[in-house]
Amino acid sequence: MHELSIALGIVKIAEDETTKAHAHKVELIELEIGTLAGIDFESLDFVWPAAVKDTVLENAIKKIYVIKGKAKCVDCDTVFDVNYLYDPCPECNSNFKGILQGKELRVKALEVV
Amino acid sequence: MCGTCGCGSGENGVSIQNPKEIKTHLHEHEHDHHHPDAEHGHSHEHTHDGHTHSHEHARDHHHKTIIEVEQDILHHNDVMAARNRGYFDAKNIFALNLVSSPGSGKTSLLERTLKDLKAEIPFFVIEGDQQTLNDANRIAAIDIPVIQINTGKGCHLESDMIYDAVKKLDISDNAVLMIENVGNLVCPSMFDLGESKRVVIISTTEGEDKPIKYPDMFHTSDLCIINKIDLLPYLNVDLEKLKQYALKVNPKLQFVELAATTGEGMEAWYQWLRKNRDQLKN
Repeated sequence: MHELSIALGIVKIAEDETTKAHAHKVELIELEIGTLAGIDFESLDFVWPAAVKDTVLENAIKKIYVIKGKAKCVDCDTVFDVNYLYDPCPECNSNFKGILQGKELRVKALEVV
Repeated sequence: MCGTCGCGSGENGVSIQNPKEIKTHLHEHEHDHHHPDAEHGHSHEHTHDGHTHSHEHARDHHHKTIIEVEQDILHHNDVMAARNRGYFDAKNIFALNLVSSPGSGKTSLLERTLKDLKAEIPFFVIEGDQQTLNDANRIAAIDIPVIQINTGKGCHLESDMIYDAVKKLDISDNAVLMIENVGNLVCPSMFDLGESKRVVIISTTEGEDKPIKYPDMFHTSDLCIINKIDLLPYLNVDLEKLKQYALKVNPKLQFVELAATTGEGMEAWYQWLRKNRDQLKN
């Protein structure tokens, strides 16, 4: 359940940014999370209320932009969708690939008041 | 950290201890959860008696502000990992992060390795477990400097814990630092500790499809040690298939097959260790 650590990391970023902006609370938080980032979205939802309790995020709306996995084959340069890290290239069946996107784990923006 | 409230204190918090500094007294913790009432009670009193009045803060209560943060959530962990890595580089320390599910034989492998090579290589060990000093005691028994990190409810080590443990450990130059992570094949994969190489250990009893069931850990590792090969005659497991699965996830992964209890195959692991440690020096 590393999602709790992740949620607490998000809280830390939100607290820091809110203080910097001389604001009091967050109304909306936008996250970017890739499908290959190792985050279970249900687990994140499960720990969220406990993690944000008594913080600037307590009543914030959480909006997640899910970024789908994409990779480029090292052998034949084909760009393809990756659902699992072990997906081979659909063209040449090679396992050697560079992940282009899907590993994101970012706080994109905050709306503070 | 405390899974209930996220506080870092009391018996649920992280503790970093040297087993040799702890005598035989029993710890009795009283766990108090302190939740001091946050003093948010600010009151604005404005008196407008004729003076011109300029607001110091541009954003007042009624204005929404959008902050484009664009910050990686693991940023803090990555920064602290980079700090550890710089320290290891400067002191020419070869640091290994040993990861696996619970019961794969990480500690037994470590014990055997330390006993066999301690005359040749100066070793230091950081043990990570949720609770107990058991593993650190096993390492301390073979006279190797060791620090135990108890993560409490935490399911993995993070780079700032290593940072604190390393400060206590006082590692000598040119040493090998073995970091035994919490037994868990999921969470530790996301947290860089600043290690030189990551070693995933899988035992033959775990089944050949572990690498695709838990791909993240195999994706981020450099070496895969297949432990308990002495049990192969009693098991219905296909090691070639296991390797194929692992290579699908990570085509660069290397393999060593061994049995830490009998010593079979340990030499290949020692060769990998020596070779990669030497490469660090050059």
